[in-house]
Amino acid sequence: MTMHSAEPILPLAVPDRWRGPLAAELAAGEAVLAVLPLDLDGSLHYVDGLLVLTGRRLLAQSAGADDWQAWSLGGGRVLRHLDHAGVGTLELVDERGRLACWRYTIGQHPALLRFVETWAQLDEALARGEALASGPPPAQCVPTATCAQCGAPLPAQAETCPQCDDAAVATASTWTLLRLRRFARPYAGALLAGFLLTLAATAATLVPPYLTMPLMDEVLIPYQNGQPIDQALVRGYLGALLAASLLAWVLGWARTWILAKVSERIGADLRTTTYEHLLTLSLEYFGGKRTGDLMARIGSETDRINLFLSLHLLDFATDVLMIVMTSVILFSINPWLALVTLLPLPFIGWMIHQVRDRLRHGFEKVDRIWAEVTNVLSDTIPGIRVVKAFAQEKREAERFRTANQHNLQINDRVNRVWSLFSPTVTLLTEFGLLVVWAFGIWQVSRDEITVGVLTAFLAYIGRFYTRLDSMSRIVSVTQKAAAGAKRIFDILDHRSNVPEAPDPVRLDRIDGRITLREVGFRYGNRSVIHGVDLEIAPGEMIGLVGHSGSGKSTLVNLICRFYDVAEGAILVDGVDLRQLAIADWRRRIGVVLQEPFLFFGSIAENIAYGRPQASREEIVAAARAAHAHEFILRLPHGYDSIVGERGQSLSGGERQRISIARALLIDPRVLILDEATSSVDTTTETEIQKALDNLVKGRTTIAVAHRLSTLRRADRLVVLDRGQIVEIGTHDDLLARRGAYWALYQAQARQAQADLQVDIGDEAGEAAGGALADLPIERPAKEHP
Amino acid sequence: MSIDFSLSRDAFGRLQFTDADGTVHEGVVPVRAFPISAPDAGLALMSADGLELAWVDSLAALPAPVAALLAEELAQREFMPEIRAIVSVSSFATPSTWTVETDRGPTRFVLEGEESIRRLPAAMLLIADSHGVQYLLRDIGALDRASRRLLDRFL
Repeated sequence: MTMHSAEPILPLAVPDRWRGPLAAELAAGEAVLAVLPLDLDGSLHYVDGLLVLTGRRLLAQSAGADDWQAWSLGGGRVLRHLDHAGVGTLELVDERGRLACWRYTIGQHPALLRFVETWAQLDEALARGEALASGPPPAQCVPTATCAQCGAPLPAQAETCPQCDDAAVATASTWTLLRLRRFARPYAGALLAGFLLTLAATAATLVPPYLTMPLMDEVLIPYQNGQPIDQALVRGYLGALLAASLLAWVLGWARTWILAKVSERIGADLRTTTYEHLLTLSLEYFGGKRTGDLMARIGSETDRINLFLSLHLLDFATDVLMIVMTSVILFSINPWLALVTLLPLPFIGWMIHQVRDRLRHGFEKVDRIWAEVTNVLSDTIPGIRVVKAFAQEKREAERFRTANQHNLQINDRVNRVWSLFSPTVTLLTEFGLLVVWAFGIWQVSRDEITVGVLTAFLAYIGRFYTRLDSMSRIVSVTQKAAAGAKRIFDILDHRSNVPEAPDPVRLDRIDGRITLREVGFRYGNRSVIHGVDLEIAPGEMIGLVGHSGSGKSTLVNLICRFYDVAEGAILVDGVDLRQLAIADWRRRIGVVLQEPFLFFGSIAENIAYGRPQASREEIVAAARAAHAHEFILRLPHGYDSIVGERGQSLSGGERQRISIARALLIDPRVLILDEATSSVDTTTETEIQKALDNLVKGRTTIAVAHRLSTLRRADRLVVLDRGQIVEIGTHDDLLARRGAYWALYQAQARQAQADLQVDIGDEAGEAAGGALADLPIERPAKEHP
Repeated sequence: MSIDFSLSRDAFGRLQFTDADGTVHEGVVPVRAFPISAPDAGLALMSADGLELAWVDSLAALPAPVAALLAEELAQREFMPEIRAIVSVSSFATPSTWTVETDRGPTRFVLEGEESIRRLPAAMLLIADSHGVQYLLRDIGALDRASRRLLDRFL
């Protein structure tokens, strides 16, 4: 090989350790078209490796091995990949068998997809007989925007790569509280006023101790030495004392009022912002969180921060000001005594710092364990029927006891440190006073200071140290508030993985043509849907059929954009869903779910949920079309009957018809029926079906149903199996094909028949005796058709 | 335990299962029923389209060659690195990148939130990373002090 040619340009994705060897291995003019860094070996240990695709061949290298393994393109060699439990496998096979096999973790999946695609394109080009050796990579291989880190193509509107993004990590939690600044900014003026008032109020409180000095030296001591009391002087000093106290009272009131008001508003803003942000997060986020935990974060955590800002932080700021001012005054009176007085301060500061870390972890733990306790409750109370039906009250009580016990243990551990803290500070205070007394008396005895100065110092230091004591409390409340702030910013920092397009396309009218192009999706490490291609015409009704877990509901969730596709795209009237404003798109679709959720409120409000401004006539019309009108009128308060939690109890079919009315009212172009009839019995189903028929008319409809009979009106049925489309056609077509749909249909028909027989058998048993003869049972005929 | 099927590996590296009637299934996959709580207790052989072909109570009870084939296949399929030590974490606030030592060598992963750490009975933890790969921590008590201190901040 000649190395005289210019150094080949290697993609950034090639790890440093392989750059030299790869450059040496490549022939002149051989360009690297795709790179796949491997991170596992055959026995699934973490070992680095590299696959390189050039225009001519596939090169493989792994750590430990020196040589490159190479396979030329063509010759019927195919790359196949599959993944399971977070491990991907890439195989090179020809018609005789497997030539090689590589492993990688799922994080490499995007790189792999590009690698395999490039291979396929090269292979195709080779089959067409095009020259490959020196040509630039095919145009399709170069995506418009790629991530600098992993080389994956960026989604059209994303700024950061979804693959690499997870490496970007939040800052340390100690400074989390500072991030609340963002919420304080609108109140900067009021905060400044509060600060100035605090300054003035603190200064005012420092006047009385100062006045003890002249009172002692100019009034009391001279009196003891036989001089009469100067009444005018006393009146003056006492008047000044009173005035200072009154001033401190007024100023203190004003600053507390202003700052409490501001902090209350900051707390409210924080709460609202968090909740608003939470609502924008994708369903995936909610799926991974427990309701109790989220409720605690938005409710009690914001309250705790609020309390911290309005009370503790304010006190602390005042204390710091007081310490600084006092120090200045003390030093101006007598530097030596001031020095001795302030000596314990650094020591106490150091002690506070020591305890800080342990307490913070402790409080974070307490928070989490508290969430655990509430989680037990929110698990059990909604499932109380199951608990009682299986007589597991004792076990659930035990579970709660355990969680509570755990809570107790953690609290005990935290309290052990905490309880030591306050008394120690008090002890240090006493020590400090002792030192001041001793040094002061010594100085008085040497006539360096007057008794008045010592009294003033003792008066100051009395306040001073009690403030230190309360300041020490700031450690715990700050930590608690910081822990709370962290948990709130956890929510605020979480970016929805269904991001809003920065420059959304506005569609005035939607025809309802939906195109699924090579759609793929995964939950965690499980690939749920892959390679789904489907074109749905405006007004067409599509039935999605398949075993449970075949990806029907996932597909529907993707079309609603509850999740974003991992691969491929979903287009509406030719526009990528991700380019539409989310709310705008969701307004165009009506969704009827398996478990209709009714909010607490009147039936009318529930029907008008998607369009609160709807008129009463429209609501009634929607209810009529949904065959809900009559049963609603039978309720004692008609459309004003209260439903939802603690409200009027409705049957499953009735609730479902209300949710159909809800979908009808927004008059959507696209309709999603996700198992809309599976939780009701067959009789109710017929009623719902009538309502649904009204709903479906003229709209693009995607219906998921387990029960195939409910899809009789569908224009086309799409049969899914393990995340892929296996058959498409009308009911009759598919039956004639005797494929997957036929098998499903047969299975359900058999089941239905078996159910019927059981029913007839039971009735026959109950009727017993002579009545049996009257029953023209078709059973034998059915068994032998 | 006597078995009424035979197993072999074909040229494509897939397991070939032949049942008592001589029907051949390609691409058979062994699956542990309780991969965490009792990895050796139950094993099913699943066909490529997800149907159970055979149930094996324990690998040890199988004839040696079959057991060896299955063990080999499982080793290539199962991926749940066991964390032996936590070297460092990028931050105590999530998401946080953890650098860990596992039984399969050193690696890094991103922990998205504290709820990705699942407590299992007997001081076991199951940690899922941002890609959904599961890491097992078999015994918190067996970790070294530094690792335990890091872990403690997330529990």
